Amino acid sequence: MSDILKSSRRAFLRGSVAAAAGAVTAGAARAATPDPLITEVQDWASGLGQGVDEVPYGLPIEFESDVIRRNVEWLTADTISSINFTPIHALDGTITPQGCAFERHHSGAIELKKEDYRLMINGLVDRPLVFTYADLERFPRENHVYFCECAANTGMEWAGAQLNGAQFTHGMIHNMEYTGVPLRSLLNEAGLSGETAGKWVYVEGADASSNGRSIPLEKALDDVLVAFKANGEALRKEHGYPVRLVVPGWEGNMWIKWLRRIEVLDQPVESREETSKYTDTLADGTSRKWTWVMDAKSVITSPSPQMPITHGPGPLVVTGMAWTGHGRITRVDVSRDGGKSWETARLSQEGGNKALVRFYLDTDWDGGEMLLQARAMDETGYVQPTKSQLRDVRGENSIYHNNCIQTWHVKSNGVAENVEVS
Amino acid sequence: MSKFPKAALFVGAGAGIAATAGLAITLADRFVTPMPATAPTIAFQIPGGGAPAAEVIPAATEVAEQAGLAEPADVPQAGAAASAPEAPVMKMAAAQGLTDSRLGLGRPALEAEIAAWDVDILPDGTGLPEGSGDVWTGEEVFAEQCAACHGDFAEGVGNWPTLAGGWDTLDRKDPVKTVGSYWPYLSTVWDYVHRSMPFGAAQTLSDDEVYAITAYILYSNDIVDEDFTLSHENFLEVEMPNAAGFIVDDRAEAEYAQWRAEPCMENCKDSVEITMRATVLDVTPDQAGAAEDPPAVEKATVEETEAVEEAEAVVPAALDAELVAAGERVFRKCKSCHQVGEGAKNRTGPALNGIVGHPAGAIDGFSYSKALKQAGEDGLIWTEEDLKAFLAKPRDYLQGTKMSFSGLRKEADQAAVVEYLKSFAEE
Repeated sequence: MSDILKSSRRAFLRGSVAAAAGAVTAGAARAATPDPLITEVQDWASGLGQGVDEVPYGLPIEFESDVIRRNVEWLTADTISSINFTPIHALDGTITPQGCAFERHHSGAIELKKEDYRLMINGLVDRPLVFTYADLERFPRENHVYFCECAANTGMEWAGAQLNGAQFTHGMIHNMEYTGVPLRSLLNEAGLSGETAGKWVYVEGADASSNGRSIPLEKALDDVLVAFKANGEALRKEHGYPVRLVVPGWEGNMWIKWLRRIEVLDQPVESREETSKYTDTLADGTSRKWTWVMDAKSVITSPSPQMPITHGPGPLVVTGMAWTGHGRITRVDVSRDGGKSWETARLSQEGGNKALVRFYLDTDWDGGEMLLQARAMDETGYVQPTKSQLRDVRGENSIYHNNCIQTWHVKSNGVAENVEVS
Repeated sequence: MSKFPKAALFVGAGAGIAATAGLAITLADRFVTPMPATAPTIAFQIPGGGAPAAEVIPAATEVAEQAGLAEPADVPQAGAAASAPEAPVMKMAAAQGLTDSRLGLGRPALEAEIAAWDVDILPDGTGLPEGSGDVWTGEEVFAEQCAACHGDFAEGVGNWPTLAGGWDTLDRKDPVKTVGSYWPYLSTVWDYVHRSMPFGAAQTLSDDEVYAITAYILYSNDIVDEDFTLSHENFLEVEMPNAAGFIVDDRAEAEYAQWRAEPCMENCKDSVEITMRATVLDVTPDQAGAAEDPPAVEKATVEETEAVEEAEAVVPAALDAELVAAGERVFRKCKSCHQVGEGAKNRTGPALNGIVGHPAGAIDGFSYSKALKQAGEDGLIWTEEDLKAFLAKPRDYLQGTKMSFSGLRKEADQAAVVEYLKSFAEE
């Protein structure tokens, strides 16, 4: 194996081939000389570490400083109305830490105190109500793990392979455990009379964009959650502190942050976010609207362009994540030859309802080139399509809901690249 | 601590429909007329339920909250244990849609509160306030409030949205989606401009201004003539060109039907060719660790010495009153993001009192772009010349600045704004 291979990951991250990598990784198979990390007493084995009062709330250790959200500057006009990407390439398991979970704002992340928080329910209800944050805490609570995916995730890849990294192609997603009150409980409190069919709730945020969206009342009464905790702690500012809406399985734009109002209506509002945006233009120029559900999708997070293989042939862990807005992921297949043949990967746990699942293919790499792909299946029998299958139906002008099979070209030196294959 | 009693309460509440129905009627009455705090409350006495009345939330506190008299105090939190299992009452709700098992939480929303927040406009015009605005007024307001991002003719600046044009592009590569070519409802325009624009100063436009801006956007799209006045009365008469251009999600028929099938596992295709590579495009952001590799601000660094020298040379000079007045007019373009003068605060952009001669990226409490912060740390001072150069083309002058303004083309305008800003020296 060449030095380039040994240091490729670090070189990639630091933008320099000169990075010191050699000695440590080289010792994998057989050490010629004793490893000083073992034979010499290291500072950390002799001196003292940090006291318990130094970091009241901890951040990841400095050596992980490259595992951060990143944005793509050319995508949007301004970082205040923009999006960044979860470093999914460097994460494992299923839960996304809040601090690196992607953000999407339309008027920036606002600061709203719990004391200043009000939630109004009005419209076609028996009693229009106003709740404080403290009121919400008195309703029976539930905990659920759900994925939240922006409808535009992988949107830049419609026309062809563009961004070289799983973080950028698939990082508009996170998966957290939410604590909150079912929206149903709040609507019940305000009182609904008559038919639910044909009715809608309009939900909006307290920020300047308001980001209003219309949701059919059936969904609102089904599994929508008014959440105030994620992964056990308060929501982060950038995810809607103190209260956001969780709309399981549906596009992230509907997960209203800084939720301030829920209005029951007999028609959709047809707001900006559900007409001019988040609609899918087909080849003939007509556009689909109300495309809320996120279809089954998967991606290999390692190896991937930001996670080259840094060891030689032999044992290799191929891993990635899969999710579906239709319920549970039941199976993920992996191909090493660009889709000619497939083998079924191992799910690390049973797929949760509308939650992300982790898969592994524990394999033996022969050091040859691979065209790595993953293909998810969900409990409805839906099989994740190829990009050409999607294009055959929708053309190339869609932006949202690109759930195509992704291909990474892994070269014999371990470096991976985002490619499109026939 | 409160886990067991509360769980018991919910078991009780869910124990029988008859019990919960009775509870609801009592609570409903309380919303109509706030009950005196001393009123006996039977709301939480649950016949046949397992919860002793003593375990129930104190009624007086409850009623006081309903009447909006008190913030919830140290009342035991219902369901305080996050691990509490789904309460039976919730399962009941899930199975039957809704029950009448209300908890009596929240308070009635007042009419004035609903009026303040419920401002959405429906496609049928519901919610539109009385008012009107014509194209020409709209052009003026648009130039002042919108053109910095959307262009004088709604053509869009940089990556900001294009609002006009794009006809007949929806079935071509890279369709241009504008109000004229794409938006199906005019109500959406009014609603969004009124609620969320201008960027950084939402909810500052009057209703008539919103009518006028909407009229101008329609005019820019050739949907109405130049003498058109839009009002709540003729609002629904405007025909949006792409109103019929949308279909409801048909993935179930068009896609799911064919993609719900057992997938191929072996010999799925004869050959595989790489048809496109991301690295050829080279549009992926640099991924060096943020901490170790701050973005380069070469221009500012190079000019550091020069800038400091110039700054020292700045002496208070008599202001050109005429130029200040001209600057005040030009500054309208900046006002959606910047405040200046007495009581100026940071908004989308920093407050600008004393900015001339001030170190860059250093107004207290404003969250600057990395680029501008770095430029300040490298010694950039906002001399008149630097400010003018910045104002001419902000993003050319300082790559990475958050300031989205495209720039003041005329040198006279640049000079006027700087003179105007000079008139607000820091206290």
